[in-house]
Amino acid sequence: MSLTPEDVSRIALLSRIELSAAERETTREQLNGILGFIEQLQAIDTAGIEPMAHAVDVVQRLRPDVVTETDRRADFQAVAPETEAGLYLVPKVIE
Amino acid sequence: MINASLSELSAALAAKTISAVELATLFLDRIDRLNPGLNAFIALDREQTLAQARAADASGKVGAGDTPLAGIPLAHKDIFCTKGWRTSCGSRMLENFVSPYDAHVVEKLAAAGMVTLGKLNMDEFAMGSSNETSYFGPVKNPWDTSRVPGGSSGGSAAAIAARLAPAATGTDTGGSIRQPAALCGLTGLKPTYGAVSRYGMIAFASSLDQAGPMAKSAEDCALLLNAMAGFDERDSTSLERPAEDYARDLEKPLQGLRIGLPGEFFGEGMDADVRAAVDAALDQYRKLGATTVEVSLPNSGLSVPAYYVIAPAEASSNLSRFDGVRYGYRAPEYGDLNDMYSKSRAQGFGAEVKRRILIGTYVLSHGYYDAYYLKAQKIRRLIAADFQKAFESCDVIMGPTSPSVAFAFGAKSADPVQMYLSDIYTISTNLAGLPGMSLPCGFGNGGMPVGLQIIGNWFGEAKMLNVAHQYQQVTDWHTRMPQLAGAAQ
Repeated sequence: MSLTPEDVSRIALLSRIELSAAERETTREQLNGILGFIEQLQAIDTAGIEPMAHAVDVVQRLRPDVVTETDRRADFQAVAPETEAGLYLVPKVIE
Repeated sequence: MINASLSELSAALAAKTISAVELATLFLDRIDRLNPGLNAFIALDREQTLAQARAADASGKVGAGDTPLAGIPLAHKDIFCTKGWRTSCGSRMLENFVSPYDAHVVEKLAAAGMVTLGKLNMDEFAMGSSNETSYFGPVKNPWDTSRVPGGSSGGSAAAIAARLAPAATGTDTGGSIRQPAALCGLTGLKPTYGAVSRYGMIAFASSLDQAGPMAKSAEDCALLLNAMAGFDERDSTSLERPAEDYARDLEKPLQGLRIGLPGEFFGEGMDADVRAAVDAALDQYRKLGATTVEVSLPNSGLSVPAYYVIAPAEASSNLSRFDGVRYGYRAPEYGDLNDMYSKSRAQGFGAEVKRRILIGTYVLSHGYYDAYYLKAQKIRRLIAADFQKAFESCDVIMGPTSPSVAFAFGAKSADPVQMYLSDIYTISTNLAGLPGMSLPCGFGNGGMPVGLQIIGNWFGEAKMLNVAHQYQQVTDWHTRMPQLAGAAQ
């Protein structure tokens, strides 16, 4: 199957990546090339095969519910684009 | 000194022939002189490096039995968060990110007394096989600066090949340690998934990513892996296993070793010069007492397409954290919140990273998840099962690391799929979670290095290192170094 320009716009929106009109066409061609390449998987019979999500079978470890982290808010916010009074600033969401 | 092994450097430091500060200075001066022509290092900080070296000299760790690497310098791939150092992951997105913490690997190697020389260039977010996707420009192959060093750990490979660092860290999601090691004439090892903690290693595809050592020899890799591996509760897939000495079997003879040769790795697609070098290496192994047996990995041809579903899917999820809010690039102008996300990500990510996020988003989206993502995961199981069947009749598997020697800049950048196929022999190992390594086994077209790949079963690192070390005792490919313009010592 082949992606239409509308498909590409929808994927770009879901990905939160802005594409210009020119980029959209190149991207469409390249994505179709990659999808054409991975299409060969469809020919393989995988009836009864369990999907393998991980390389090793491990179960999620649990730890005691105790505080292990110290407060490093200032360190972590020092690398943020915009903060004020310990808060991350973003454009207004609710009018 | 620049050609010395890690054991030799350790002995020289212990004997006080040289101090950690002198050793770091020697490499820093060499970097100043040669890095401009290679672009391997993208962050240097002489003060921090020398402060760490002074601390090593004063620590009492140098010459102590349990810290054989103390005082020896190394460099980190810029995917590892390194406290106080710019950690960019090769991306404009993190161009100004100074990490507030250390990755587990960085912490472990620092605790071993090793000295950080700087941060190494890489394909953006480790997505690439040629280092051409780095925001900071491509790394050049020291053997021929018109060719790529491989990727994504291309800066690591070029730095060691040019003797700008005795060793480096790398990461391997689909071949990113082994392929650049092959293309630059080095020894590199991707451990069993879960052996080395992923904490602080910027995530690409979490079920495949694994850190490992890159150096000049198998012995050096064993010493580095001893310091890098180990359980870390901060990585939910870190394996709880007793510590092991990866150097313990280096000296074992190879008499009786069974080497599996998958027909699928020796078919069409491999260049004749690569085949000749690999065949000669196999003859050498037979002389060392090994036998070769034919094995089959019938589904390995599906590994590249399966990988290009699974890895982008995981990447699209992992890279959603780069939103211009908590860290990283934010577009200078935007409207509402969604516009800020979309513009920041459009400007902060390069073309290959965007392509993979888009593919990953698509294969995970409603209506396509079963057809692409679950299908690829089922095929992943078939690929992993092939290896277990093969290991019933052999101890290690061998083949080429890369189908060709290092290619010219631009040769594969126009067609993403052609670039993806340069990892055709390495990707199946990541899908199966197995350890793999590459070691130099000769030279091909244009005098470029050829890599021999060794694949072991789970936790087979010590065996693989033994197999590689014994070969390096009777060959000298791993000691060869490129002639660099302006490199007179």
